[in-house]
Amino acid sequence: MAEIQNYTMNFGPQHPAAHGVLRLVLEMDGETIQKADPHVGLLHRATEKLAESKPFNQSIGYMDRLDYVSMMCNEHGYVLAIEKLLGLEVPERAQYIRVMFDEITRILNHLMWLGAHGLDIGAMTVFLYCFREREDLMDLYEAVSGTRMHATYYRPGGVYRDLPDAMPKYQESKFRSEKDLKRLNAAREGSMLDFIEDFTKRFPACVDEYETLLTDNRIWKQRTVNIAVVSPERAMQLGFSGPMLRGSGIEWDLRKKQPYEVYDRLDFDIPVGVNGDCYDRYLVRVEELRQSTRIIEQCVAWLRENPGPVIADDHKIVAPKRVEMKGDMESLIHHFKLFTEGYCVPAGEAYSAIEHPKGEFGVYIISDGANKPYRVKIRAPGFAHLSSMAEMVEGHMLADVVAVIGTQDIVFGEVDR
Amino acid sequence: MIDLMPQFIVNIWDSLPPLVQYLTVVTWKILFVTICVILAVAFSTYFERKVIGSMQSRVGPNRVGPLGLGQPFADVIKLLIKEIVIPTESNKFLFVIAPLLSLIPALATWAVMPLHPGFTIANINAGLLYVLALTSVGVYGVILAGWATNSKYAFLGAMRSAAQIVAYEIAMGFALVGVLMAGGSLNLGVIVEAQSGGFSNWFLLPLFPLFIVYWISGVAETNRAPFDVAEGESEIVAGFHVEYSGVAFALFFLAEYANMVLISGLTALFFLGGWASPLAGWTFLLDTPLAFIAAPSFFWLFLKISFFMYSFFWFRATFPRYRYDQIMRLGWKVFIPVTIVWIAVEAVMAWLRVGPWAGLGA
Repeated sequence: MAEIQNYTMNFGPQHPAAHGVLRLVLEMDGETIQKADPHVGLLHRATEKLAESKPFNQSIGYMDRLDYVSMMCNEHGYVLAIEKLLGLEVPERAQYIRVMFDEITRILNHLMWLGAHGLDIGAMTVFLYCFREREDLMDLYEAVSGTRMHATYYRPGGVYRDLPDAMPKYQESKFRSEKDLKRLNAAREGSMLDFIEDFTKRFPACVDEYETLLTDNRIWKQRTVNIAVVSPERAMQLGFSGPMLRGSGIEWDLRKKQPYEVYDRLDFDIPVGVNGDCYDRYLVRVEELRQSTRIIEQCVAWLRENPGPVIADDHKIVAPKRVEMKGDMESLIHHFKLFTEGYCVPAGEAYSAIEHPKGEFGVYIISDGANKPYRVKIRAPGFAHLSSMAEMVEGHMLADVVAVIGTQDIVFGEVDR
Repeated sequence: MIDLMPQFIVNIWDSLPPLVQYLTVVTWKILFVTICVILAVAFSTYFERKVIGSMQSRVGPNRVGPLGLGQPFADVIKLLIKEIVIPTESNKFLFVIAPLLSLIPALATWAVMPLHPGFTIANINAGLLYVLALTSVGVYGVILAGWATNSKYAFLGAMRSAAQIVAYEIAMGFALVGVLMAGGSLNLGVIVEAQSGGFSNWFLLPLFPLFIVYWISGVAETNRAPFDVAEGESEIVAGFHVEYSGVAFALFFLAEYANMVLISGLTALFFLGGWASPLAGWTFLLDTPLAFIAAPSFFWLFLKISFFMYSFFWFRATFPRYRYDQIMRLGWKVFIPVTIVWIAVEAVMAWLRVGPWAGLGA
């Protein structure tokens, strides 16, 4: 009989810990990973190519579908690039709204990550705790854009519309008592800003709740400390960004290093890790939850004081109000032009990058002066992280593979695009 | 009871040979206990979902029947009418026999459980050995299932389970040696009786480390969180039962929960005095309607089992999953030394008649 030393195992694409459609071909020696080979492309939807075939505005919705747990941040990267090409000024209020929603999105993403990471390692309750808070944030998405996920809220020149004055409320049902209804709607009586303010007040206590379940938990520590250690030098060589890079101890955050929108006017800290292991990356992300709450608080305070326009007043780019169209010939023409052929963007190229919850999300657009981009290239942080998979799991055990997938915060929408 | 029966039934009964009489009574006892255990299993799934639901700020099942109490039956019916898929490359005989192998020992162990003063299906003197033997057989079901499926995921689950059982059986066995020394008998009924007469007579205090080791090993033996590496949902999908569906899966499910109830019961018997009441000394209760709480009865065993079942669910909702090698480390490097040391401590203390050890092994 032949001696078998190693065997290969197919991990995914249908696997509960594959975070979508990751396929890993693992070469194993017993439970130990000798080699891991991630296969990508199972969720490839040709987003970049599709964007070349339609007017600029019509691709915003596609950006939502890249990293489908941090939707508005993707839009942000894309509209920033268009604005750069057009030289468009964005009203200050719109900038604050964008920053606020970027941070709401960051919390959304990190909650999803925390829940999934916990679930992968077997801590089931954290997942449901996180989804409890996510629900409120999803309601914010819905209130502002009409959809809970794929918002298409950011537009070149600002945001689609101002924040609403009322929050949607829970309705009565057979399974929801009067008392529950009152409790659920308690924070929803005022405007959207009231609701967000209430959220920022109670959210730090929620983060404490997640932390009591994990941070000092011996099993959690055994599963994450010293797992998949990445040295600072190696993290830079591998093209890491975001919490993956900061977890290794490098203080790099585009919000501080190349401030966009109004981040330079806001007060927040950048957490960094020390050891570069899964546990440090966990701590970094949890601290980012708290810092994001701080940023949102400041944005809410500013937005309360300063009403104003939320989108640029240039009707060559931004559609005029629909009511104006009824009586004003010029508005009608603008509408017709914008919704048939869109707008032309001067020839040139632009790269814009934002600090996406997962890292540096960049959009590189080349325009040849037409109403469609000549080429769009998306720099997805997850792709660089995934390509380090083999290095991170080598020598670890099968159970650590799921911890590493979790710590990388992989979403296949952006990796495969 | 006999007085209430019509005379002709009593006559027929008396005319039967003693062996037939005995077999009839035992058969009815077995049926009664088995049905009770299966019902307990069914409702412990409901209990689990409700308990974990409330811990996770959800409601749990509430649609089938009042308060969702029909849910276990709905689940059973669903599993019964599903197709059993047998993989082509599997060993069909072992594949089918494996679920039975894990369920039967889980139910058969109940034969020696003293459920109520004077009620045991088989009051045998080697009860403890019988329990040890049968709980070890149960793991064959898991290992054979993983092997017969012929899938790498199932195989890994089986390997993990086998290694884990070896480590934890030893710790469990050593913990039971302590119980054996304290109870002075292998008969479970005698062990329980040795603990009757109030809380202070339970083996919980003098054997506390053994209790902890036995209980944690029990959780590990049943493959429950945080030791559920054999089926590790997020790592090896479902481990040994990855290819099982329908009734075959239901049997594994049943076996897992029956084992949980069993381990809860055994822990209660060995360390918490089984059916003995912790309030046995409270004579002032005797003439009140509350007299039953001072008397030893199944009521107390039920409460203790429920408490341990609750802890099972509580663990599941709280802890992340151990990694396979960490479980091994815990078993070999922590539990086995702890039990060995404590057996020595117990022996010396009982010999010197000190403190809570004074009455042990009398």
